[in-house]
Amino acid sequence: MLTKEIILNYLEAVTDPEIPVLTIQDMGIIRDIKILGEDAVEIFITPTYSGCPAMSAIATNIRLELISRGVSNVKISEQLSPAWTTDWMSEAGKTKLNAYGIAPPQYRTKQNPENEQDVVVPCPLCNSTNTTLLSQFGSTACKALYKCKDCLEPFDYFKCH
Amino acid sequence: MTNDKIQYILQLADNSLIHGHRLSEWCGHGPILEVDMALTNIALDNIGAARSFYQYAAELEGQCKTEDSYPYERDILEFRNVLLLELPNGEFSDTLMKCFFFDAFQFHFYTALQKSTDERIASIATKSLKEVTYHLRFSSEWVIRLGDGTAESKQKMQAAIADFWTYTGELFDASAAEKAMMSEGVAVDPASLRPLWEKTIADTFEEATLSYPIQKDGAWFQKGGKTGIHTEYIGFILAEMQYMQKSYPGLEW
Repeated sequence: MLTKEIILNYLEAVTDPEIPVLTIQDMGIIRDIKILGEDAVEIFITPTYSGCPAMSAIATNIRLELISRGVSNVKISEQLSPAWTTDWMSEAGKTKLNAYGIAPPQYRTKQNPENEQDVVVPCPLCNSTNTTLLSQFGSTACKALYKCKDCLEPFDYFKCH
Repeated sequence: MTNDKIQYILQLADNSLIHGHRLSEWCGHGPILEVDMALTNIALDNIGAARSFYQYAAELEGQCKTEDSYPYERDILEFRNVLLLELPNGEFSDTLMKCFFFDAFQFHFYTALQKSTDERIASIATKSLKEVTYHLRFSSEWVIRLGDGTAESKQKMQAAIADFWTYTGELFDASAAEKAMMSEGVAVDPASLRPLWEKTIADTFEEATLSYPIQKDGAWFQKGGKTGIHTEYIGFILAEMQYMQKSYPGLEW
């Protein structure tokens, strides 16, 4: 008998194609799971950014993973509301991101600072707080580009969204 | 009634698609790498918003329509985007000014559209608003930097205002579908956004030390896009965008 817990457990194996250290649960992309039958489930996912090309890859990977576990009937539905926010990213996910070299979101969006440029983003490589924003737009929609003024390395910052 | 709703959704989708498509032309041509990435990121957000709207229109219309039916299978007269967005990119200063005028509009528009009585439209608005907030920050910062920059950069920004100002009026004219949907609380009255938009423009231009035309009631503006009467430029956009589907109808990757 399938349960939500079993499905969640299976989905631990599905990671973000752009950031392979994060599972889609770390990202907060899975919004709901409905058991429809003995081998049938409906998975509700929410897009991170509207145009994020990773979403279709993620849907395919969810399907393939569940089919490989014997759940042959997988329906994937997109849920737009409430809109995805980095507040849903798990603490474990943030730690993994930092270790991977991407600075994790620095505050909860409910506590938006007056000016986002004032937010101190520590360098994920040397932990220095002497860093500077190079560009609000980085290598993917969810990231900004920073530079560490101590170790001089550029790095990605996962924007609060 | 459903038809009016579909037309309204397509109008919103077409704006995002054509704007996104124009910005994608900057890919590999940005003045610096960071700007290149910013413009293509903004293009991606817009095309993503367009997809959300096209998907909804396809569901409402049924009859085997998909999100791809609208961008690839319609001809010029069926597109409902405002003229401003189909104009050529010009120089970096021109593209920025187009972006700034449109981003400022989209910011206030999506803010109001979050209260749409149609839940799906409201949820797309909420999602897109988060993204447009970045777009507006990017374009207004550059307007300020170049406006309050060198004599040459200022002159270019001033020229861009002169070129595009006459295309901004159409943003605030309600189309027939828009009026029908306004009465049901689905659509936002675009005219109600004008004072908000003008305030954003005035504040930014003041900081950028740029001058702009004083708004007068009854001033003449270019229009036509919302009724399908376009400039010649959209033909070139569609020729490129639709080439593959016209040559090989129904082709999929």
